[in-house]
Amino acid sequence: MSWTTEQLAGLVEPDRAHRKAYTDPEIFDLEMERIFERTWIYVGHESQVKNPGDYYLAQIGRQPVVMVRDQQGQVHVLYNRCPHRGAQLCSARSGNAGNHFYCSYHAWTFHLDGKLESMPAKQGYDGTNLDFDNPEFSVSRPARTDNYRGFWFASLSDDGVDLKTHLGESAAAFDQLIDRAPGKETEIVGSCFRMVQQSNWKIFLENQLDSSHPGVTHESTGKAAQHLEKTIREDGRDVPMELAFLSDLARLGHDGWTKFGTVGYRNGHSSLEGYMGLRPDAPDTTEYVRRMYEAYGEKKAEEILGINIHHMLVYPCMSIQPPLQQLRTIRPLGADRTMTEIWHFRLKDAPEAIYRRSLTYYYLVNSPSTMVNADDLFNWWKCQHGLESSASEWVSFHRNAGQDEDHDGITRSAPDSMSEMPLRHMMHAWRDYMTSGEGV
Amino acid sequence: MEDVAQLLAGRDPFAVANVSTETQRTAEQFLYRQAELLDEKQWDNWFALFADDGFYWMPAEEDQTEGDGQPNIFWESHDLMLMRVARNEHPRAHSQAPHNRLCHVVSNVIVESEEANGDLVVRSRFHCAEYLRYEVRNFTGKYRHYLRKTGDGYQIAVQRVDLVNREGPYEYVLQWWL
Ligand code: FES
Ligand SMILES: [Fe+2]
Repeated sequence: MSWTTEQLAGLVEPDRAHRKAYTDPEIFDLEMERIFERTWIYVGHESQVKNPGDYYLAQIGRQPVVMVRDQQGQVHVLYNRCPHRGAQLCSARSGNAGNHFYCSYHAWTFHLDGKLESMPAKQGYDGTNLDFDNPEFSVSRPARTDNYRGFWFASLSDDGVDLKTHLGESAAAFDQLIDRAPGKETEIVGSCFRMVQQSNWKIFLENQLDSSHPGVTHESTGKAAQHLEKTIREDGRDVPMELAFLSDLARLGHDGWTKFGTVGYRNGHSSLEGYMGLRPDAPDTTEYVRRMYEAYGEKKAEEILGINIHHMLVYPCMSIQPPLQQLRTIRPLGADRTMTEIWHFRLKDAPEAIYRRSLTYYYLVNSPSTMVNADDLFNWWKCQHGLESSASEWVSFHRNAGQDEDHDGITRSAPDSMSEMPLRHMMHAWRDYMTSGEGV
Repeated sequence: MEDVAQLLAGRDPFAVANVSTETQRTAEQFLYRQAELLDEKQWDNWFALFADDGFYWMPAEEDQTEGDGQPNIFWESHDLMLMRVARNEHPRAHSQAPHNRLCHVVSNVIVESEEANGDLVVRSRFHCAEYLRYEVRNFTGKYRHYLRKTGDGYQIAVQRVDLVNREGPYEYVLQWWL
C-alpha cells in the first residue's frame, strides 16, 4: 500500500501509536525521506578528523557520507560516491586521504573539498561535456552542512530551519559536553563501539527517557551488584567504581524514579533530568570543581555544573549524556534494524578521575560486553517481534496522559511521575515530520 | 594499580621459546582446561585459574598495549568477573533466558617465553560457537596468556583476547567471556 497523509496522521493518537509505525518497511522508507533525509542529522565531532586529510565515514538516512578535513583545516561533508561511475571513494571507516581523494576504479582524483582534480589520459574528454567546473563532475555535497561548536551536522534538504534553530534547547547538551571541561574543549576518545539493535530506531529513543524501565529491565544487574558490594565491604575492601555504578540501578525503586522530570522541546527533542550523584564529596571531584572555578570564575562554573541533564535526545538521531560524556548516534538500517555508534569524550584539563568515570560508564553500559544494555537490547528485540503480531494494533503511552504541562512550546511531565510524556511527545513530532515535513 | 597488560607489552609477538615437551604439554592442558570450565560453566574452578589480581582482557584496538584506563571490549578484574557470573545467573537476567551454550576449540598453542622464575607467556587460537535463542554465532580469535608460576601449577595474570572482528559491528552482546 502507499500511505496517504491522512493515514500517516492516523497512526498517532494522543495516548497511543499504531504498531505499523515500528514495523512497516514502507513507513521506514518514508521516515528516511521525510525525517532523516530532510532534517539535520549528526555526522561527527571535529576531533574525529584532527589532521588535514583525515576522514571518517558516516551515514545520513540511507546515504553514505564522509567527513573530511582539507589542507586548510576546513571540515567538509561529502557523499561517499565517485561522480564517474559511482564507486565509493573511501572504504575504510576512517583514515587519511592525503592531499586528495583517489578513486580506486579509474583513478579520478578530487580535492578534499570534493572538487574534481584530475584523471589519467585526460585528453579522452576533450570535446565532451565533461567540465571541471560543473559540480556534476565533483563529489556531491549534502544540501547543507553546519556545525554547532565542533559537532557537525548535515541536511539533505535545501529548505527548513538552520541548524541552531533546529537544535533549539537541545543545544544545551553540546554546551555541557564542552563547558564542563576546565580547558573549554572536549575530545573524542578512540573509536566508537558499533552495536546493531534488532529493533526499530524509535524503540531505542523511547527507551532512553523511560524512567519506569531501569528497575525492571536491569534488576538482575543492580541486585547482583548490591550483593557483591556488601561482600566486598564485609571483607574490608574498597568497592570498585564499576560496582557502585551498577548497584545504582537497584538503588532507586519506582518511587525514586518519579523524582526525575522529563521535558519535551520543539522539533521532537526531549530530556530527562539528572539522577546520578555527579558531585560526590570525593577529592577528585573537589579538584575538578576547583579547576572549573579557576577557568570560569565561581559564578559561571556553578551555573555550568548546576545543569544536570542525564539524557538529551536530539531528534531523530542522537542520545547525549553530558555528565558522563557519552554520545550515541542512530544509523537506521531497516524497520527492524538500527545501528548505533557510541562515542565518549575526554574533558580537557579535567582530572583523570573524571575521565575514568566516563570510561567506566562507557564500558559498563555501552560496550559489546555490557551487563546493562544487554537486557535493553533484548527487550527491544522482544518488542519488535511482539509488534509484528496483530494481537493489538496499538502501543500504549497512557501513563500520565492528559497531565502534561505545556508552556511556550515546551512540555513538562506531570510532577512526581514516570510519565510517558516523552513517548507521546516524540510520536507527535514524528507525525508532524511525516505529514508536513516540519517537526513543529 | 599496576596494569597487568604491561606483562605482555614490548615482547616479540612471534617469539617461540625452546621449552621441554612437558612444559608445552602443561601449557596446552591449562588452556584446554580453561576452555572446558568456561563451556561447562564451572565457575569456582574457572576462577581458581586466575590470580587474585588477574584480568580478563579483550582490547578494542589491535595495537593497544594498555588495558587500564583505555576503552576495551572486556577489562575485568576478579570482582567484575564475579559480578558477571552473579548477574548472568540471576533469575531476572532476562537476556540470559534461556541460558546460552558455548563450545570452544583451542589450538595452535605456542609457548612464547619461559621466564627465569618459571612464568610462561603462551599464545594460541580459538574458535567458539555460541548457541543462544535458537541461533548459533561464531567467534574466533587469538589468546595470549601470561601464566604466573605458583607452587603446584600456574595462574592467569592476564589473558588477552583479540577477536578477529573486534571493530564490529556487533549484532550481539558478549555476555560471557570467550
Ligand atoms: S568510478 Fe571512480 S574513477 Fe571511475
Ligand atoms: Fe535500560
